Amino acid sequence: MRRSKYIRPAHLESGIDKPRLTTSAMIASIAGPDQPTRPAPFGNALAILARNDERIVGMSADLAKYTDLHVFRAAHPDRFYQMGMAEQLLMMSAAGMAREGFQPWVTTYAVFASRRAYDFICLAIAEEMLDVKVVCALPGLTTGYGPSHQATEDLAMFRGMPNLTIVDPCDASEIEQAVPAIAAHKGPVYMRLLRGNVPLVLEEYGYKFELGKAKLLRDGNDTLIISSGLMTMRALEAAKQLRNDGVDAAVLHVPTIKPLDEATIVAECRKGGRLVVVAENHTVIGGLGEAVAGTLMRAGVAPPAFRQIGLPDQFLEAGALPTLHDQYGLSTLKVTEAVKTWLST
Amino acid sequence: MSQIGHNISLTERARRIRRHALRMGEVQGQGYIAQALGVADVLAVSYFHATNYRPEDPDWEGRDRFLLSIGHYAIALYAALIEAKIMPEDELETYGTDDSRLPMSGMAAYTPGMEITGGSLGHGLGIAVGMALALKRKKSSSFVYNLFSDGELDEGSTWEAAMSAGSYKLDNLIGIVDVNQMQADGPSIGVLNFEPLGPKFEAFGWFVQRVDGNDIDALVKAFDAARHHAEAAPRVIICDTKMAKGVPFLEARDRNHFLRVEPHEWAEALRIIDAGVQA
Repeated sequence: MRRSKYIRPAHLESGIDKPRLTTSAMIASIAGPDQPTRPAPFGNALAILARNDERIVGMSADLAKYTDLHVFRAAHPDRFYQMGMAEQLLMMSAAGMAREGFQPWVTTYAVFASRRAYDFICLAIAEEMLDVKVVCALPGLTTGYGPSHQATEDLAMFRGMPNLTIVDPCDASEIEQAVPAIAAHKGPVYMRLLRGNVPLVLEEYGYKFELGKAKLLRDGNDTLIISSGLMTMRALEAAKQLRNDGVDAAVLHVPTIKPLDEATIVAECRKGGRLVVVAENHTVIGGLGEAVAGTLMRAGVAPPAFRQIGLPDQFLEAGALPTLHDQYGLSTLKVTEAVKTWLST
Repeated sequence: MSQIGHNISLTERARRIRRHALRMGEVQGQGYIAQALGVADVLAVSYFHATNYRPEDPDWEGRDRFLLSIGHYAIALYAALIEAKIMPEDELETYGTDDSRLPMSGMAAYTPGMEITGGSLGHGLGIAVGMALALKRKKSSSFVYNLFSDGELDEGSTWEAAMSAGSYKLDNLIGIVDVNQMQADGPSIGVLNFEPLGPKFEAFGWFVQRVDGNDIDALVKAFDAARHHAEAAPRVIICDTKMAKGVPFLEARDRNHFLRVEPHEWAEALRIIDAGVQA
């Protein structure tokens, strides 16, 4: 339920001062206060890759600066194309570029690529198996600007598109590795982008990105958390906290949503007796959770319990991002609490 | 210019394109025949006067790219591709059937010489923008043609592309608008008024010409002017065409967006075309 415009904030009525969390930035940082970060991992990785690959061009729809593509633009100005605030054109012209042998990397926000330009990605690019990489900021709930900017259903939409590879990376190091891997893959790719100062969390797990592969980051006997994107970060933090409470949580990171690494998912879920929790930065409808559920049903694997952490089937509220992550269950605290509750019932 | 068949007049080419289209239409008993007959003169001038290509090598890097934005008009382009010997004439009998390289709506993966998949309307001009930008990157002197329809003027994406082409001054892009004044729900102007059309493109920085799309001499002149225009600007040739042109009894039908033709009428239509009867 969203707030009503007819009800004044309660703390103003009560006269009690309330600490105010603000949403000043379009893209609020998802990094915690003490988390190490790296700036613009996507833009830097693409700029480096393009030094030795003349096919690469960058295109954006008035959002180069907000998708880290400005780093590429600064490094290779003659290879950057500004297509204006016209996402349909962005996808069409990328298709034309790809038809002529170039590898366009196009950027916009995930809401605009999915909701506004779906037909153009589908028929001008995917149906033709063209080598276009669609890289989109603000996936799921990563801004407090409300539903106009929150791409809570992008995976549900894009999973239905044949030929399209879908990648939902977790941190800066994974984005840096994903860029060359995606470039080497011949065909259309949709990548959910974390931009700005992006946390570094996977290096301590000795993780290496492989397109199409799920990786077990830590093992545990009580529960298996299957996650993608920034929720893997949350799952790892939650697992550490759960350890303090004597709960042993495994985390399986699934950065490639499509094609899904069904073999690894089934194998991990077959290891008996564990509560299976799928955590995703996306509506619980049509994303990783339902993809995993379908996989398990088809494989005849039934874990003792199956739960989803994800966004509700609602248009979400506007507000400060940490507040919203708490409210909709994506914060480390909420993930930890949810797992504990499910294990005790 | 194409190196083949300069001894055959463009009028004869157009007649044969109409003939191929009618024969394909007869296979299915219906289809976008009226559009094919209407645009046959434009295609004749495009393929036998204005564009470079090699029939034996449809993917030749030096070719001009000819994009059919209106996938529905596939039958018209197939007829031109057959006449241009990019597609063999005997495959005409497979039109719209299982395992055919000539599906009902134009798709790049199926047909030699079909540059894009165009059935979802409003894609062609934007893809043409990307190809024109790419050809400039490659320092190619090839042109990109995009044949689109007055119905596609309803699609906002067409105008995104038009604005972009003007902004980038794409002088290697030539748009061809088939204004046949008929779309699915009725006369085009009545569906959404796109007039005055020329001034719209002019305002976006295009070099604009408007011609009778069934007048071969006028088309030749317009295509020549489009290719040789000195200014750095995209070019558009707005072609006013007549639906079902060349077969008077089909021209007379008022609901001709998707024509159903009785079995006995095909032979009559072919006879009229073969006799060179013009309305």
